[in-house]
Amino acid sequence: MSTLLDVRNVSKRFTTGGMMNRRSVQAVEKAGFAMSAEMPEIFTIIGESGSGKTTLARMILGLEEPSEGEILVQEKRVDGRAGRASRLDFMANVQPVFQNPFEAFNPLKRIDRYLESTARRFLPDPDRATIEAAMDAALQKVGLSLAEVGGRFPHEMSGGQLQRAAIARALIPNPRLLIADEPVPMVDASLRMSIVNLLRSLRDDYGVSVIYITHDLATAYYISDRLMIMQRGRIVEIGPGHAVLDTPEHPYSRLLKAGVLSTADAGAGRLSIDPDIIAAAETLSRRPGRLEDRDDGRRVMVHGSAPNAAG
Amino acid sequence: MTDDILKVSDLKAYYQMNYYGNNFEVRAVDGIDMSVRRGEVYGIAGESSSGKSSFVKVLAAAIRPPLRLVSGSVRYDFAGHPIDLATADARDIEAIRWKHLSYIMQGSMSVLNPVRRIGRTFEDFASRPLNLRGRAFRDRIVAHLERLKLPAEVLQAYPHELSGGMRQRVTIGLATVCHPEFILADEPTTALDVVVQKEVLKLLRDIQKEMGAAVIFVTHDMSVHANVADRVGIIYAGNLVEEGPTREMFSAPKHPYTAHLVASLPRIGDTAQRPALDGRPPNLAKPPPGCRFHPRCPLAVERCRREAPPLETVSPDHRTACWRWSEVAPLVDHGMRQEVVR
Repeated sequence: MSTLLDVRNVSKRFTTGGMMNRRSVQAVEKAGFAMSAEMPEIFTIIGESGSGKTTLARMILGLEEPSEGEILVQEKRVDGRAGRASRLDFMANVQPVFQNPFEAFNPLKRIDRYLESTARRFLPDPDRATIEAAMDAALQKVGLSLAEVGGRFPHEMSGGQLQRAAIARALIPNPRLLIADEPVPMVDASLRMSIVNLLRSLRDDYGVSVIYITHDLATAYYISDRLMIMQRGRIVEIGPGHAVLDTPEHPYSRLLKAGVLSTADAGAGRLSIDPDIIAAAETLSRRPGRLEDRDDGRRVMVHGSAPNAAG
Repeated sequence: MTDDILKVSDLKAYYQMNYYGNNFEVRAVDGIDMSVRRGEVYGIAGESSSGKSSFVKVLAAAIRPPLRLVSGSVRYDFAGHPIDLATADARDIEAIRWKHLSYIMQGSMSVLNPVRRIGRTFEDFASRPLNLRGRAFRDRIVAHLERLKLPAEVLQAYPHELSGGMRQRVTIGLATVCHPEFILADEPTTALDVVVQKEVLKLLRDIQKEMGAAVIFVTHDMSVHANVADRVGIIYAGNLVEEGPTREMFSAPKHPYTAHLVASLPRIGDTAQRPALDGRPPNLAKPPPGCRFHPRCPLAVERCRREAPPLETVSPDHRTACWRWSEVAPLVDHGMRQEVVR
């Protein structure tokens, strides 16, 4: 079995301040996971702000250098400072999808121009006909077409269409892996589902693997094959999506699940979170721990010999 | 009606736009009729650009050009201070602000002055309406902060020294310190992490119950409404298209748009395919004729394209604006315990 992505014991420290007041922040601590090249999957990284999920994504894209450990994509080390040729080669396989579709597009530029510049960069033989064919093929995959998009400006399209176009741009070089950092606009419920459904169809119909980064457990449950939960830079639980979210084991995972607003009791006004879970998640975040295997395929962080609130 | 604290009748507020001599109106609020009772939480939901924020601006008496109140009335029945915002002058509005009517704005970081300590911000907001100075004022504020589970030390802090959740609690503190009878909350928890969001919502709900204030709670997030609101109103393209008791809105929606909003919520423990609604909200400068939802509506018939449906009562407290409301069925089973009688 060959691996598409192999994250090996990666850490990232950011240091701020000068000589006198140097401080360092551990953004990611010894993170490791792998994705197989044969089985396309949606792998979700869940975490709150400050959990290190975005830093990890930036390291996978080569935009940030790990302080320790290494990241391999198709057995080759990710190197943000490699030459143009090998960088292009890497970007043809790993593509990002940006957060806010309204900000990702230049309002003064037609959308097809944006797609075209990506096509020109990645296609081996950039003549007009191949470029248009590649653009149209990518747009078809997201449920749009060049005829629909051609010549239009961002303000002439809806948020959903724009986000689809942004994903289509990422699909032009036929990447094996998409890295989607909060790709789903939270503002519109119906739009949210159309993007999430699209990610699903990319996996099922086109064999694209997706790293989906979010703080929303409900959409994560809906589309993930596997997921991992990060707390302050550490992976506290990783495994099959449904198993982990149905019965989270680590106190922090349980806390996140308890924070989800349920609609099953609409109108009942149940908003309390068990203070014990909050306290347990908080204390354990400062205690060293290591990941342990469980029978259902997940790995959970266990914390030393001190009394474990997870019980 | 004596127990209504707010009554909005046929409210129209348009943006008057003028680009290069090209005059047009954006009908952000176009004929809204609704009322809010004393002590209830009324949730307002809608997509972005549905007009819900413009509506709240009108209710908060924060109308600035190019937004203009075209017609209708916004009557608040405050104890000893009945007021109609459509006819009130700046003096009347000044008299009710913070004391009777307060406003929790979106984005706590942009509301709090970054170069003023929290204590000074409290003075700016509340010293005059409370008519307290010095020691007495400080004691009052500290007692109030205690209720919000904030230590007195936050008064010495600058906004950037506090976490997002604490800042949001401070803005709730500012909005509630004068014990207003009516609170407008516009997306007060949107930028927060899930766990913090739930805590802040609980706090807001608790303090609202304790003071007996009425609240209009605006958010796009239906799962927040499910847990906070007593009644929910759905705004689409400048119109109120449905309102009803929270439970009924989730278990038995009577407008196809509401049915869609509710159905598109994913849930842990359920992987059934969720439908997505195609299209986008109409351009409010040129709204479609008839029912404004008809271009996206799965139930639309010829009549919907010609005539706009009125908001009619379908059961106690439940009103909807749809010609075919009796045919609207919930699109997915939402795990509700089914005890609602239809």
